[in-house]
Amino acid sequence: MGTERIKKNRRTFFKSSAALIGGTLLYSLIKPFEGLAQTKEEDIQEDKTNFPLWGMGVDLESCIGCGKCAEACKIENNVPIEPFYFRTWVEQYTVKNNGEVKIESPNGGIGGLKQSVPDDEIFKSFMVPKLCNHCTKAPCVQACPVGATFISPDGVVLVDETYCIGCSYCIQACPYGARYMNPVTKVADKCTFCYHRISKGLQPACVEVCPTDARIFGNLKDKKSDLVKFLQNNPTQVLKPHLNTHSRVFYNGLSSEVK
Amino acid sequence: MEEHYQHLYEALTQVDGYIYPNEIDLHWGLMIVLYPYITGLVAGAFILASLERVFNIKALKPTYGLALLTALAFLFVATLPLVSHLQHPLRSYEIFMTPNPTSAMAIFGFVYLWYLMVVLLLEIWFDYRRDFVIWSKTSTGFKKIFYKLITLGINETDEKSAKLDDKLGYFITVLGIPSAFLLHGYVGFIFGSIKANPWWSTVLMPVIFLFSAMVSGIALVMLVYMVVSWVRKVKIDMLCLDTIAKYLFYILIIDFTLESLDQIHRLYEAEESFDIIKVLVGGKLNITLIYMQVIFGTIIPLSIIGFFQIYKPAEKIRIIAYFFIGIIVLIGIFFMRWNVVIGGQLFSKSLSGFTSFKAVYSGMEGYLMSAVWLILPLLILSFLLWLMPPWKKVSIHE
Repeated sequence: MGTERIKKNRRTFFKSSAALIGGTLLYSLIKPFEGLAQTKEEDIQEDKTNFPLWGMGVDLESCIGCGKCAEACKIENNVPIEPFYFRTWVEQYTVKNNGEVKIESPNGGIGGLKQSVPDDEIFKSFMVPKLCNHCTKAPCVQACPVGATFISPDGVVLVDETYCIGCSYCIQACPYGARYMNPVTKVADKCTFCYHRISKGLQPACVEVCPTDARIFGNLKDKKSDLVKFLQNNPTQVLKPHLNTHSRVFYNGLSSEVK
Repeated sequence: MEEHYQHLYEALTQVDGYIYPNEIDLHWGLMIVLYPYITGLVAGAFILASLERVFNIKALKPTYGLALLTALAFLFVATLPLVSHLQHPLRSYEIFMTPNPTSAMAIFGFVYLWYLMVVLLLEIWFDYRRDFVIWSKTSTGFKKIFYKLITLGINETDEKSAKLDDKLGYFITVLGIPSAFLLHGYVGFIFGSIKANPWWSTVLMPVIFLFSAMVSGIALVMLVYMVVSWVRKVKIDMLCLDTIAKYLFYILIIDFTLESLDQIHRLYEAEESFDIIKVLVGGKLNITLIYMQVIFGTIIPLSIIGFFQIYKPAEKIRIIAYFFIGIIVLIGIFFMRWNVVIGGQLFSKSLSGFTSFKAVYSGMEGYLMSAVWLILPLLILSFLLWLMPPWKKVSIHE
């Protein structure tokens, strides 16, 4: 009888363990794909056709490297003032007569960029403002393990700071160096196109302060917007097109030296 | 925070060329070097155990139990450096609650759990169940309680039950081989899938990680076997040790070939990123890559074991040589991880300059904490060996 009982126990044990393991397995197999299902539902709920699609044009011929945009951004968005954290910055490119390219962006260009190369050595020089490119196929959004960074229905790449676990994987995944780890909130931080402003119908701070209108912000779906006109009238290019991120920041007059 | 800023200001003065202003801070430090290192040791140790059990390499029998317990001890610790490096470690559970299906890192959590809960724990349990029953009758105190509990009430010790354990254990091991491949291949994919970083983004990355994992795991079990034998004052089984070394030799050759292939491919294609990578390898990574990883960690051990395949010196000399090889291979693979993780962040994604990395002693990302994460699994292993010594097992699988 004893062996009978043990056998029975054994059978029950195997049954329940098999059920437990099977259940866990099935759950872990299904769980990662739940996200997919959810996104689909959301897609149906939120009809994106009524939303604007935000983008930015940068006219490099107009940029004078005053750095006002970078400064305004820091003030507007509470970006730490230390020179290691930028949502936007301006790079100064100087191509020397000998072909050497010098790139500089001290303090992100805040305070104005000054030429350090003597005039007679310069072949050409230009400024390149940089910011998050709000990619349509954003590598950072793809990489985020918890979905804390996402693309809003109006095409802005945002970070949910109450959700980000601070793993820095998105920072590694961004090809443009547009993200940083905020030392105060301890979450990944980046340009939001001043989401708090644009959702009220205002312009992003950097666009607002630019004295030469080198930055053109607007709705890519609105055929009458300044941005669409800018794209129509100028041959524009995106940064690192070979990475196929489908960026929504377009540059006019982008030189091949720019990386 | 002030200290952190000071550190960054110092790094700012060390910048060479142009880097994006957000790139001064290295976001992944020593903890992320340790994470693939420890995970690799787990996968490698497990694969060594499988060689014996599934591929029936009888000479490796003395290391089977040791390899499994080593894998378990390191697996317990594997995710800790990863979690401790998070800026919000308390939110880490979100990886399991709302994983992003497109994120390589998110799926790792599930791969890890599968490996720990289903593969390793089950395999060890099936291997030990009968012994737990027998030991529970002869021991006292904590051990007795532990053995009693861990049998989960299955107290049969007859031949039939042992056969069933063996069969199920074998099945789990077979399942375990692709799982171990998955576990570490996946770690490689976390890096290999980052297209923003040309140093990481190679399709070979998961395969390289896998083979380097096997190399490190085998070297570790070889060392553990030698040390345990010395502590127990038993004679080292030379056939076993020679066989481990032989496998280490073969897999090190494959690993070295793959990594060389990767570099040759870069060199020949000489894409946009090649210029900066050339400077990286020749400069900032010169010592850790050329000397520590390639010469010290690969060429020297390959030459010694290769020589032993032609001419076998006295046992004593071989034992000393194997011990030395085990250590340098482990150091070499550590630097391989270092070169991937740190190396990949030293150059700017603007491909125009370099930042610098200076590890600190204190803090969560420092040397001391790293030492803790490397010593802790050894303590766990000692405890496991005390609790369930493989050499005292009564039932040994066919």
